[in-house]
Amino acid sequence: MAIYTEEEARKILEKALSFSKADACEINLGGTNSGNIRYARNTVSTAGHQSSQSLVVQSSFGKKVGTATIDEFDDASLEKVVRRAEELANLSPENPEFMPPLSPQVYDESITYVEATANTTPEFRAEVASKSIVPAAAKDVTAAGFLNDGARFSAMINSNGLFAYNKSTNMDFTVTMRTNDGTGSGWVTRDYNDITKFDAAEASKVAIDKAVMSREAKAIEPGKYTVILEPAAASDLLGNMFRSFNARSADEGRSFMSAKDGGNKLGQKIVDERVNIWSDPLHPDVPTSTWNGEGMPLKKTKWIENGVVKNLAYDRYWAEQKGVDPVPFPSNGIMEGGDESLEDMIAGTKKGILVTRFWYIRSVDPQTLLYTGLTRDGTFYIENGKIKHPIKNFRFNESPIIMLNNLESLGKQVRVDGNLIPYMKIRDFTFTSLSDAV
Amino acid sequence: MKRRSFVQYAGLGTGALMMPSLLLGNNIPAEALLEPGMDVVLKKKMADVALNTAKSLGATYADARIGRYLNQYVFTREDKVQNVVNTESFGIGIRVIANGTWGFASTNAVTEDGIKKATEQAVAIAKANSKIQKEPVVLAPVEAYGEVSWKTPIRKDFKEVPISDKVDLLLSANAAAIENGANFVNSALFMVNEQKYFASTDGSYIDQDVHRIWPTFNVTAIDRAAGKFRTRQAMSAPMGMGYEYMDGLESEKLNGPMGIKLYRNSYDIVEDATMAAKQAKDKLTAKSVEAGKYDLVLEPNHLGLTIHESVGHPLELDRVLGYEANYAGTSFATLDKWESKNFKYGSDAVSIVADKTQVGSLGAVGYDDEGVKTKKWDLIRNGVLVNYEAIRDQVHVIGQNESHGCCYAQSWEDVQFQRMPNVSLEPGKEKYSLQDMIKDVEKGIYILGRGSYSIDQQRYNFQFGGTMFYEIKNGEVVGMLEDVAYQSNTQEFWNSCVKICDKDDYRLFGSFFDGKGQPSQVSAVSHGSSTARFNGINVINTGRTI
Repeated sequence: MAIYTEEEARKILEKALSFSKADACEINLGGTNSGNIRYARNTVSTAGHQSSQSLVVQSSFGKKVGTATIDEFDDASLEKVVRRAEELANLSPENPEFMPPLSPQVYDESITYVEATANTTPEFRAEVASKSIVPAAAKDVTAAGFLNDGARFSAMINSNGLFAYNKSTNMDFTVTMRTNDGTGSGWVTRDYNDITKFDAAEASKVAIDKAVMSREAKAIEPGKYTVILEPAAASDLLGNMFRSFNARSADEGRSFMSAKDGGNKLGQKIVDERVNIWSDPLHPDVPTSTWNGEGMPLKKTKWIENGVVKNLAYDRYWAEQKGVDPVPFPSNGIMEGGDESLEDMIAGTKKGILVTRFWYIRSVDPQTLLYTGLTRDGTFYIENGKIKHPIKNFRFNESPIIMLNNLESLGKQVRVDGNLIPYMKIRDFTFTSLSDAV
Repeated sequence: MKRRSFVQYAGLGTGALMMPSLLLGNNIPAEALLEPGMDVVLKKKMADVALNTAKSLGATYADARIGRYLNQYVFTREDKVQNVVNTESFGIGIRVIANGTWGFASTNAVTEDGIKKATEQAVAIAKANSKIQKEPVVLAPVEAYGEVSWKTPIRKDFKEVPISDKVDLLLSANAAAIENGANFVNSALFMVNEQKYFASTDGSYIDQDVHRIWPTFNVTAIDRAAGKFRTRQAMSAPMGMGYEYMDGLESEKLNGPMGIKLYRNSYDIVEDATMAAKQAKDKLTAKSVEAGKYDLVLEPNHLGLTIHESVGHPLELDRVLGYEANYAGTSFATLDKWESKNFKYGSDAVSIVADKTQVGSLGAVGYDDEGVKTKKWDLIRNGVLVNYEAIRDQVHVIGQNESHGCCYAQSWEDVQFQRMPNVSLEPGKEKYSLQDMIKDVEKGIYILGRGSYSIDQQRYNFQFGGTMFYEIKNGEVVGMLEDVAYQSNTQEFWNSCVKICDKDDYRLFGSFFDGKGQPSQVSAVSHGSSTARFNGINVINTGRTI
């Protein structure tokens, strides 16, 4: 399937809207082309290509709403799907939280599409696998990896005159390297909008080196340690923390962000004053679409400034209830970093632990944002400014709020999973038990 | 913030509710769910197009799965219907072996032309990948079953029950929760019908009609003055049943201590929501646990998740072999442990079976997604590891020549691979009730329902929470506890199992959206057990002050 241009998408959407007889109508159109390769045991296990497209019509009569979907876009199909949405709306109970379609909005031009990524070939993917497998085998290491790349477009129109369009490309790569004696494991992740920035050999080498370095890990006692968290480790905990940046659940009293006397923690200082986190769809390293699925413009938004909560996300219904402007949920997260390199951070650590990543993170207590999980694929003991030896994996029980209050220093930022996260040094990070897992 | 995590239904709690949007298919009216799908004669003709095309292109094996996947989901909160979703997804997936290598392609164009094109693509992928293939596929033989069919034994087809009945039932449950002191309640009904047709060059044409249902809710109680909130999830289990699961039959209810009601093969959602509101409120003022060693009495709707994570996953042969190393991980249950024939996974009391035939379970089908008749087999017998979970292209690795029949794909458009069968703890053989279990515990905790769960990538170290915790002192349940989680090591934990209630206490736990693979696919699986006791387990206190 082709990735439709703005004009092609507009033509289909205008045609579909012309069939609407409802009080209000909103139509989303999207499509994706993606390819992947998966390898394990130093050989390719599966490879595939998926393409799909769909058009979703939401029709409403008053507060009665119906939705219908179709993947064929000839005139008869478009009329059929609009009629079906209207039939469903007529049969539905009223949704008291229904919000009428937005009026036309002004969007920034996005920087999310890179032609080279859209043109990725099966041969390129096989070469990526080979760049992992060949050097791994040479070091008595076994590679298991996954590359997924694709292009997508999305467009929307509504009966209030709004139109929006975006196209984007993306690639995600992860590889786990395990030493053949089963005592060492390393891992790396890379993701970009522009696949030409991706160096499979460099990434694979990082994971191979970690696997070899992490062999024959020693057990040390669980307890509170200073940790240096690589960006991939911190990213998952921060992502979990951001799920509570929702004004409604905070106002309802069922969130970490609920204030004790009612209301929410907007304006309260919750973490160290050096913590600054914002979202920005136009950041060149982590660009995203400049509008969300209901057509709200996405702009640079501060979430935590100098440790203080600056914004919580308000959907349109809750914003109206509270008499404030809606604040869309962020499409990426950018945390301010510092100048220190990883080497500097290690050199400045008397006693600590370097963490490559965390695994199987689960909420333990939503009240305090306490999470548990384990270290994985490269955990090292630091003493007197040097990596001394690999250590066995730990289970942690920690809250990202406590973690960001115990901030020692910030290092340079790295893109992880569409976000920009710095290396962080944290004191008194709580490890509660040892794991034998490699 | 994490892009891949966005699809989550707010307020409904655990990660098991993560639902990939691709499962939803196209929206259709509820009545359209009742329309008959493609006739079986036509399905055979279409499947044969794929099989014949594959053979003509040099494939040594091919299978075709024509699937029509129907879903109906209802979401409510308090007195409001948030969403009613009816979807249909229809298409064909074709898998081939050419040059000793798998190839797969799928299409929603279920026409001769569409199927030929997809088959050509599958063969082309197989041939391209065969150039870097180092381990040619070895398939275990399978019987040619001819033209056969299988259906989930249901009494009420959810598709024939009006949506208004379902909405009314959920809203009644919500009202009961609010009347009994809950501040908020979200409830949902997930109903699935997989109409699957399988054909292969080995001579089978299998037509199956599979049903699943999951009613669930999450009740929240808030103490605004104390700045505290607590939730209580439903004590239902997702089941491989029809809408009759919602009947709330008295004969399927069990009584626990402190007035607790438990449900076997029939669920009373209004009664459970009533209790949930009271218990969520009780949790606000429950005593915080003192960390230390306790004897744990684990209820089946809790123990099921522990079985899932610490037995079900580590015994998946593809994990053991390293195929999942980059995602879910590998396994501590390595081949040498199995080969030794004396690896004590658990105590003598522990026998764990895999079963793809168990009536009412989520994993029950007549044949798996590569046309193998399903069966029941031992994984752990009297504490000793005796087998794994494996499919046609894996069993040769463990010296067997018969697939276990646990291959599954989440839809026609995804390739089938090894998935967890139902994995269940056998009930104790001696007559032994929950009351018998509690009466000789000096210092213990009775844990019910699923909670927080986390386990390492080789399945050694785990930490589990629960929905409700009750303190046991000198043989009596004395009151509710909070802030409880237990940490253990899989082998130590199962070796500390001292007693298991008899079959009268046996119930199923289920996971409706279990994830595995890259790209990730979900599957549904049940875990049965009777209440069991584990002595001397390490309990931590998870309360924090911020």
